[in-house]
Amino acid sequence: MIDTANINQKFRCPSCGNIQFFSGSPGQQIFVVCSSCGAKGKITFPSTTADESTMIHVSHLKKVFGDLVAVDDLSFSVKRGEIFGFLGPNGAGKTTTIRMLCCLISKTSGSATIGGYEIGNKEDSIKIRKMIGLVPDNVGLSENLSAYDNLDFYGRIYDLTDAQRKENIQRFLEMLGLWEKRNVLVRTFSKGMKQKLAVARALIHNPEVLFLDEPTANLDPESAKTVRDFILELKKQKKTIFLNTHNLDEAQRICDRIGILNTTLRAIGTPQELEQSVSGKKTVIVLEQMNNVILNTVKKLPLKNLIQEGNQLTYDVIDPDKENSPVVETIVKNGGHIQSMNVVGSTLEDTYLKLVRK
Amino acid sequence: MRLSKAWIIALRDFKIFRRQRYVWYSLIIFPVIISILFPTVIQLVAVRTGGLPAARITMLLDAFSMFFVIGAAFVPLSIATYTIVGEKVEKSLEPLLATPLTDGEILLGKTISAFIPTLVAMSIGGIIFQVGMDVVTFPMLNYYYFPNWTIAVILLILMPAAIIMSVEFSVIVSSRVNDVRSAMSFGIVMFLPFMGIYLASELGLITLDIITLLLIAGVIFVIDVILFFVSTTMFKREEILTKWK
Repeated sequence: MIDTANINQKFRCPSCGNIQFFSGSPGQQIFVVCSSCGAKGKITFPSTTADESTMIHVSHLKKVFGDLVAVDDLSFSVKRGEIFGFLGPNGAGKTTTIRMLCCLISKTSGSATIGGYEIGNKEDSIKIRKMIGLVPDNVGLSENLSAYDNLDFYGRIYDLTDAQRKENIQRFLEMLGLWEKRNVLVRTFSKGMKQKLAVARALIHNPEVLFLDEPTANLDPESAKTVRDFILELKKQKKTIFLNTHNLDEAQRICDRIGILNTTLRAIGTPQELEQSVSGKKTVIVLEQMNNVILNTVKKLPLKNLIQEGNQLTYDVIDPDKENSPVVETIVKNGGHIQSMNVVGSTLEDTYLKLVRK
Repeated sequence: MRLSKAWIIALRDFKIFRRQRYVWYSLIIFPVIISILFPTVIQLVAVRTGGLPAARITMLLDAFSMFFVIGAAFVPLSIATYTIVGEKVEKSLEPLLATPLTDGEILLGKTISAFIPTLVAMSIGGIIFQVGMDVVTFPMLNYYYFPNWTIAVILLILMPAAIIMSVEFSVIVSSRVNDVRSAMSFGIVMFLPFMGIYLASELGLITLDIITLLLIAGVIFVIDVILFFVSTTMFKREEILTKWK
């Protein structure tokens, strides 16, 4: 949602702590003077504003490690109750983004809010950490504690009462099929069991937002399905879920919207929108026999992304009825016999590969 | 900084230590050795020589008491390094850092979890040592040498200060290494200054009277404060997640 009206932005004086509000247009940067002590500061108004239905709002977020730009100019919003997936290759900045949003590492520039609280602000960071749950890419469980003790420890940190802790631990362990193993040391658990326990740990305090970093990586298909089904179950409970993955199939199955990231955000939309946005459709023609004469003649036609694999020809089309006729004519004229011809939509994989290779 | 939160971390670590056999060994072996071995040595020497002069006995007892400070410098090493390096190996710091706990609370919790077991083990060792020595030396001295102000200063002031120093140093070292053994190898450095003090007293360069012990304790407390600030500087979530090896 782009808002062009003026917006208010809080300014906390770095010298005296005095709080003032200034008005400006989205994306504008202004220099301000503290009315209390006269200290100077700078405010950048977010380029977009979040409405009430927005849980995560990110605006021009950037993170630099030394000479390495890990994440650059990231802007997007995630609505309450939405499953948002971040797709990207290794090193694309997915984990860095989650860490910034979970207030684990600082941002270099830009802004982001979770539930209206601003990352980078010390007081807001504590509030953000109270309302989120994180499953990092390494599950990070205490291997020498039982499943129950792992969850109990986190319940205590979040100030849950004895009754709340017992109830939540039992509920989540039962939901994930781990209740019978509650007193077993985690070091004896399989990867799938650990992953499920890490999800339970992230949920122990009933957070509004759940960050999952590669939750099904290295899991067997059955365990991966259990975790995916559980994520979909959480959606029914109106949890906002931010999911990092490089599993396209998983993203397509469970995410309401997907962002494709490779340092910068390359595209964002529903899986269907992304499938259609970049590649359009393809025609796949299978011949009985391919020969050089047919191939060379077809290559002279103005076809986009023509690929020959054995007896199969594939190319991009926008209007199949118009564009396929000359191809068929050319093949037949040169003695070719067409076994089959299909027009197929592009896949999320096509879109993803195209965007991350840009 | 909320002590209750730090205590939750310490309680969790105690639960983990209960199942770590080598943590038990590292805590128990040294206090047991000095609390049993030294009285036995005195007894054997007395039997062989037909009794030791009182002045020699009291000098030996004070010198042996210093071993509780030397021990305090390296007994907590394994437990302190495990609390940090163990979490690094298990990669369990990241979810912990994503909770509302502050860096200071986590660090304090880690410090408590290494400090208390060491203090308890060394204090029990100290009591056994005093009782054993009194039993062995009473026939030669005709009075119970322990407890006295020297051992009180050593066990109640100098030893806790040395444990804190060792724990803080371990936290700093732990941030730079990947395994408990490497951290402990560096941590052994802690033992050297106290061994130096012991040797200086044995060579007659210093006298370990109460004033000297209090002065040493004062210096250690200053070092504790410096190390605490250094460790808090290093124990910041961004550093831990991006720079810790």
